Amino acid sequence: MTRWSWRWAVVTALIVGAVLFPLYWAIVSSFTPESRLFTAPKLIPAQLILDHYRALFTTRDFWTPIRNSLIVAGATTALAISLGAVCAYALARLQFPGKSLTLAFVLAVAMFPQVSIVSPLYLILRKVGLLDTYPGLVLPYLTFAMPLTIWMLVGYFRQLPFELEEAAALDGAGRLRTLWEVVLPLSAPGIATASILTFLYSWNEFLFALSFALGPESYTVPVAIALFRGQYQVPWGEILAGAVVATGPVALIVLVAQRRIVAGLTAGAVKG
Amino acid sequence: MSSPRMSSAAQAARGNETRLAWMLVSPALSIVAAIALLPILWTFWESLHFHDLRMPWLGRPFVGAANYIEIFQSQRFWSALAHTGFFLATTLVLELSAGLLLALSIDRVTRGRGLVRTAVLLPWAIPTVVVALVWRFMFESPGGLAPTLFDRAGLTPITWFADPVAAWAPLILADAWKTTPFVAILLLAGLQNIDSSLYQAAEVDGAGPWRQFREITLPLLRPALLVAALFRSLDAFRVFDLVYVMTGGGPGTATEPLALYTFATLLQNLDFGAGSALSIIVFAVAFLVALLGIRLFGRSAFLERSP
Repeated sequence: MTRWSWRWAVVTALIVGAVLFPLYWAIVSSFTPESRLFTAPKLIPAQLILDHYRALFTTRDFWTPIRNSLIVAGATTALAISLGAVCAYALARLQFPGKSLTLAFVLAVAMFPQVSIVSPLYLILRKVGLLDTYPGLVLPYLTFAMPLTIWMLVGYFRQLPFELEEAAALDGAGRLRTLWEVVLPLSAPGIATASILTFLYSWNEFLFALSFALGPESYTVPVAIALFRGQYQVPWGEILAGAVVATGPVALIVLVAQRRIVAGLTAGAVKG
Repeated sequence: MSSPRMSSAAQAARGNETRLAWMLVSPALSIVAAIALLPILWTFWESLHFHDLRMPWLGRPFVGAANYIEIFQSQRFWSALAHTGFFLATTLVLELSAGLLLALSIDRVTRGRGLVRTAVLLPWAIPTVVVALVWRFMFESPGGLAPTLFDRAGLTPITWFADPVAAWAPLILADAWKTTPFVAILLLAGLQNIDSSLYQAAEVDGAGPWRQFREITLPLLRPALLVAALFRSLDAFRVFDLVYVMTGGGPGTATEPLALYTFATLLQNLDFGAGSALSIIVFAVAFLVALLGIRLFGRSAFLERSP
């Protein structure tokens, strides 16, 4: 038995090493002088510099995409959670005609390929003058954020014991007050999980941002680093520095909330 | 509700509940309808027209199925479809088997599981654009990590991104690297649902580890495997970010999947008629895949998750 667990530990260590290596390589390279990036790569770097990061915030204006990404992902999360939580409560706890149809519709939208609604969204946003603006990104983002939050929160609300609401109803509280004063506070962990996942997806989104943000002033972080250009060659040092900066917030979230993320990912997918 | 005559008080309460429910549901629902349902109908309508934004003077005449006919006759469409299918099949096989291995080993690790889980979650959580750039950097020739390793091993270094066949390797590897953890996490949850007394009983009966795996683990893991396969198929089918950033569909259009072809038709050629027809095709296929998947493992896992 111990012989086997020892072998599994080795397998795990190998896989974890393979998983972490590209990240290590990217981080080390982002601190390596441009001239050394493509000459005889070494596992342990000989010299580390900060130039690429400095260039990111001086010669390039990397604060702008960071600000854009924070605002867009933040607003998307706030809107999706506030409207989605109320909707999910009704879907999880109330009986009404059309309920399962609504659930099926939400699930269907979650499976929409983004690229199939790019053309009308582009035409609509152009017509109402929202191309290149924050709402012009937040609205399209809600197409994936809203179904995601509704779906996860319906699952969460269903797990809460019914007795809580019955007790509140006996105390004379209406359904809305029950939702506000009993259900929502108790659901804080579920809402936190849904917010984390929504924020991650919005922060990472690329296709909509690429299609609807036309100029560098409105680029989000993924678009900005994907479109980095140098004068003569690909500025790999700065690209990798940008990649590390783009990954920072995400890595932080994963470190803090890994347990919650795993719970959220598996809740919707695997029936207990 | 089973009694034919409901008391009027109960009826009024039900009416109230319905009204309240729709009041709570409608804000979110109307937004989703406005930004997802309406656009997809619009895309369909648009796909029946000729609409080239570069030639506004030609207007937007109704052309019926002409866009679809044109697409089905184009070589580039069939190649893009084949590329998408190839990418889907290879990544699915790779990710499910590697994910299963990873899940099995995490399941057996007794110490430091939190650490392992964090490490494994990172590739899943970081932006696909970043993944594409990092792997592109590692395979960039000459002087990148992979070409150098090939060179040192005495093999002919490959110029990965200039070769229509070799360019698939970094794409598939990067995708597997990014999403195997997700598969593993789904499968791990499935593994932890398996009753451990089954293994003890098998042990007593003298079944070895391989037989236990084949006759207990695999069958009981089937639902989780199917869910993972469905999610991965849908994602692989609409793959865009990774290819756009890593190869741009190149060299030429050798690695161009459907989503990228659609995007190029829409926003680079500004041919909204044909682009919309492509969008509808992508949508229809994705929908079929989803329906098929839901049929395969029953709607229960999705629609009836009630307690």
